Amino acid sequence: MFEAIAFYLFAFLTTVMFFIAVMTTQALHALTALAAGMIFISAFFFILGADFLGAIQIVVYSGAVMALYAFGMMFFDTTRDVKEKNGNKYIVFGLSILSAVLVVVIFSAPMVTDNISALYPMVEGAGNTQELGMVLFTKYLVPFEVAAVMLLVAMIAGIVLAGKKMDLSLTLMNDAEIIEAKIEKNKKVLS
Amino acid sequence: MEIGLNHYLVLSTLLFAIGLIGVMRRKNLLLLFFATEILLNSVNIAFAAISHYYGDLTGQLFVFFVIAIAASEVAVGLGLLIVWHKRHGNIDLDNMSTMRG
Repeated sequence: MFEAIAFYLFAFLTTVMFFIAVMTTQALHALTALAAGMIFISAFFFILGADFLGAIQIVVYSGAVMALYAFGMMFFDTTRDVKEKNGNKYIVFGLSILSAVLVVVIFSAPMVTDNISALYPMVEGAGNTQELGMVLFTKYLVPFEVAAVMLLVAMIAGIVLAGKKMDLSLTLMNDAEIIEAKIEKNKKVLS
Repeated sequence: MEIGLNHYLVLSTLLFAIGLIGVMRRKNLLLLFFATEILLNSVNIAFAAISHYYGDLTGQLFVFFVIAIAASEVAVGLGLLIVWHKRHGNIDLDNMSTMRG
């Protein structure tokens, strides 16, 4: 009973928030609505017993990703209204039909595949975090390490791309040019 | 009333459709990224629900990796967006029709 109430409440809230995020013309409204929707999605993870994922969802999306977007929006002109695209009518039509077919397939899929058995079943007497850790560090150890390397690459890419002085490269200049650039920089600071 | 797997899958489809609408109608690249996040999150809900109702942990691990990929996508995408905005002064999709660099 309470599960049903919670599900419908959060389903309604999430849908409304994401709809606002997609439809509004103000970039700041879209950012706020998206952050709220992310928090509401974590509620589904808690209802489904995936406590670890719920915490991760709040920390990563509402903490890191939204902070990154807010940081990025400082660079862009966010106060003006966002221009909308008058899309090609045929593309919109085709994608709508695709979505409808997707709904039908999703309705029928669980009936077709009734005889699925669990590959990594839940362990009795262990918490969700413990279960996840047991599977993650045995069967999925290599993908976990690859994901870690990918995050490192993304971090370096972010630093290199968003760093200042994109036209200058310290590794390609000789010593005299580097000293010259430093002197110019000091002049700018002093003046 | 019991909440079953179908409820979650329909909700996931609904959110995915909202994300698709966003991808179709947005011209600003930053708001296009928002729509992409919505797409990824709708799929995450479906994974978690299937993981719960079939008693299998693989779905939750996939959600874990999808979140990692989304985080790195945001970092690289925003970096590229900032570089573009420094050079051209806007982030509209219409001005990116050429690949002259």
